[in-house]
Amino acid sequence: MKSKTNLFETIVHGIFLVLGLITVGCVLLITIYLIISGIPAIREIGLLDFLFGDTWASTAAQPQYGILPFILTSIYGTAGAILLGVPVGFLTAMYLAKMAPKRAKSVMEQAVSLLAGIPSVVYGLVGMMVLVPGIRSLFHIPDGAGLLAAIVVLAVMILPSIIKMSITALEAVPKEYEDASLALGATPEETYFRVSAPAAKSGIAAAVVLGVGRAIGEAMAVMMVAGNAANMPDSLFQSVRFLTTAVASEMSYSSGLQRQALFSIALVLFLFIMLINAALNFFLKGEKKP
Amino acid sequence: MISNRRRLFLWTVRGGMYLAAALTGILTLFLVGYVMAKGIPNITWQLISTKPSYLSGNIGILPDILNTLYVVIASLAIVLPLGVGAAVYLTEYASSKRLVGVIEYAAEALSGIPSIIYGLVGMLMFSNNFGTCLLSGALTLVIMNLPTIMRNTQESLKTVPQAYREGAFGLGAGKWRVVRTVVLPGCIDGVLTGCILSVGRILGESAALLFTAGFAHALNGFWDGLSSAGATLTVALYVYAKEQGEFGVAFAIAAILMVLSLLINLAAVLVTKYFQRRNAV
Amino acid sequence: MKRVLSAITALTLMLTLAACGSNGGTTADVSTTAGGTTAAAAPSENADLTGSVSTDGSTSMESVIGALGEAFTEANAKATFTYNPTGSSAGIQAVQEGRCDIGLSSRALKDEEKASGLTETVLAYDGIAMIVNPANTVEDLTVEQIAAIYTGEITNWSEVGGEDAEIVLIGREAGSGTRSGFEEITGTEDACKYRQELTSTGDVITAVAQNPGAIGYASLASVKDTVKALKVDGVTPSEETVKDGSYKIQRPFVLATKDGVELSETAQAFFDYITSGEANEIIVAAGVVPAN
Repeated sequence: MKSKTNLFETIVHGIFLVLGLITVGCVLLITIYLIISGIPAIREIGLLDFLFGDTWASTAAQPQYGILPFILTSIYGTAGAILLGVPVGFLTAMYLAKMAPKRAKSVMEQAVSLLAGIPSVVYGLVGMMVLVPGIRSLFHIPDGAGLLAAIVVLAVMILPSIIKMSITALEAVPKEYEDASLALGATPEETYFRVSAPAAKSGIAAAVVLGVGRAIGEAMAVMMVAGNAANMPDSLFQSVRFLTTAVASEMSYSSGLQRQALFSIALVLFLFIMLINAALNFFLKGEKKP
Repeated sequence: MISNRRRLFLWTVRGGMYLAAALTGILTLFLVGYVMAKGIPNITWQLISTKPSYLSGNIGILPDILNTLYVVIASLAIVLPLGVGAAVYLTEYASSKRLVGVIEYAAEALSGIPSIIYGLVGMLMFSNNFGTCLLSGALTLVIMNLPTIMRNTQESLKTVPQAYREGAFGLGAGKWRVVRTVVLPGCIDGVLTGCILSVGRILGESAALLFTAGFAHALNGFWDGLSSAGATLTVALYVYAKEQGEFGVAFAIAAILMVLSLLINLAAVLVTKYFQRRNAV
Repeated sequence: MKRVLSAITALTLMLTLAACGSNGGTTADVSTTAGGTTAAAAPSENADLTGSVSTDGSTSMESVIGALGEAFTEANAKATFTYNPTGSSAGIQAVQEGRCDIGLSSRALKDEEKASGLTETVLAYDGIAMIVNPANTVEDLTVEQIAAIYTGEITNWSEVGGEDAEIVLIGREAGSGTRSGFEEITGTEDACKYRQELTSTGDVITAVAQNPGAIGYASLASVKDTVKALKVDGVTPSEETVKDGSYKIQRPFVLATKDGVELSETAQAFFDYITSGEANEIIVAAGVVPAN
């Protein structure tokens, strides 16, 4: 009887172990699939030519597969979105976490969740119909689709995650810190920005890294406003192509080496994301330690 | 007394905060207003109750609504046992701290992968084996939502008081019995929240589904639907806006999706409040 | 606790039932619509065909092949029709590998594709319209002018009789059938200096409709009144001018079938129906010009 129960418990334990390992299995599977399908084209094109070639002409008679423009565009675009989105997100979070009346806070939080729930295609659509013509007439340029439009759309799209994570981080700051600062005669604003914000810095850093991940991985909305020509991103109004949009825009019609090269781009993008995840993990770990 | 420098700081940051909060608020208001204004006039009973026809030029999104429902049901049916099981393993069974770390890291990695990569990998893993169909799409979404379900379950498992478990063990219950009767019922709130968040994510997903589930608008039953290509509402929105230039329909779908996402957010808040109150008693 | 659990179980059950319910409901729906077909353009084949027809390929052919498939399955309620919009090259590859009955291509088959054992049957012709913003005063361009515009030799509308404004070139992504058709006819392969490369017809039309200096190309069938279609060499794009060949920028919609492989009875019936001229009314309604 006893051994029967033990056997049963062992089996149950085993089943749960397998379930627990599924996430690890998924990550491994995704990595393996991407490496297997991404390596052949890199091998054929040559790693240096692929990563640092500055011309992408996948369907030309003499095809060229250099993805440096995409890599730079993704980096610039993400940096721009962070520059615009983080200050606005952080200040909004500070207002909501510390200063806002209770009712305003709950309404705004709902609004922010709503912003997070809008499908990215809708951001693209609105960007195409409002933002792109707006940029064109504001700056008196022939066409508004380009890096700047993409940066603005991305900044809006990462806003909800930055706000939410920053609020969580700011609210986790022990009340005693703030009380002490206030008791010493600091104004509330000074307390929040000089005491609470530094205390929540790892959480806020994590929010920024999360925003970077979102921005670098977004495809559908960017595809509709960035212009999509494979140019080097040397001006804010240049029509550009991101790593994600390079994959998404040519995937459905591609064949042969072109298709394999698209998988290689996905592999590069995946490596970027994994780096960002490692950074995120680092900051979150930092937060847990006092 | 407050010096001028301090006053300047005070007003700068206060101004900054008000400005930022106002900007966020206005942006949200504008986006929601714009989509609603363009979408709601185009929502008709005809639109949501018929299937599209090339012959008559009719546009209806009933198949897309059903497809969305099928994908949600299929994904949740698969992801729930997996995610809850993984969470139970992590909080109840796992003894190696290092293994827990690895699993949690993997979950984090999964939630950081952009949907376009899920689309590609889903295409390679599932669509190449099962064909381009809703099932392939649902399986892709299972991987995407695994971390959400797992983490929410885990969070609420942590709130089940240790004393309950010890009490049950003390009464001579086996581990599985404790899990089944004490631990699992205690994490329902987390599972529900996880489900709600997952549904939200599935509703808004386009890139991962476009490459795995295709974008047909055929009217099918549940099982036929899973085995044939089909568009969910968001994919249909994408197709109508981009391939066919039917912006009225696209914004109508967008408005519907926005209302759904509002309802989902409300549901999440209500569930959390309900269980908070219950646990407090 | 128990109550919550049972409530959830009940909810799940209800959802499952609802799914099954809608299953029954929708099947009924399909058969009623199949019964009520308009006889006008319906194929005259007998109603006993039970097999399936699978087509795969060009996204530009979506509306025409979709309409034909719909008419076919309405007349043959037991037959099933599938269309997989993957793109011309993918469709040709699919028929080569036997993954579908009929491959759909919105460009003529290349010589090496024909050599590999494929037969091309032209189903229809589609005009590629040159579209500009309605505010643009230019009405007419020659093929040479269009080529010069797209290769960057002409960069201002004033050089072709319009206002003094920079020309913004809008095109499609590499691999698109519309793009390869356009570049082949105008002789601008690999030489176009696109400002925007968009991934769909709808996007091109939207971008052109939002920008007074833009020019783009799109399938004639999908051109809406938010943009203006230009005359090419003095010829207005229309069904007649595409048919008699006087409108230069046009491409064939091709059905690719594999030599030596006999189509199933149903697939053959579908093929005959759409190429016999019987279905011309539907093809015209979809905005393209039937070949037969």
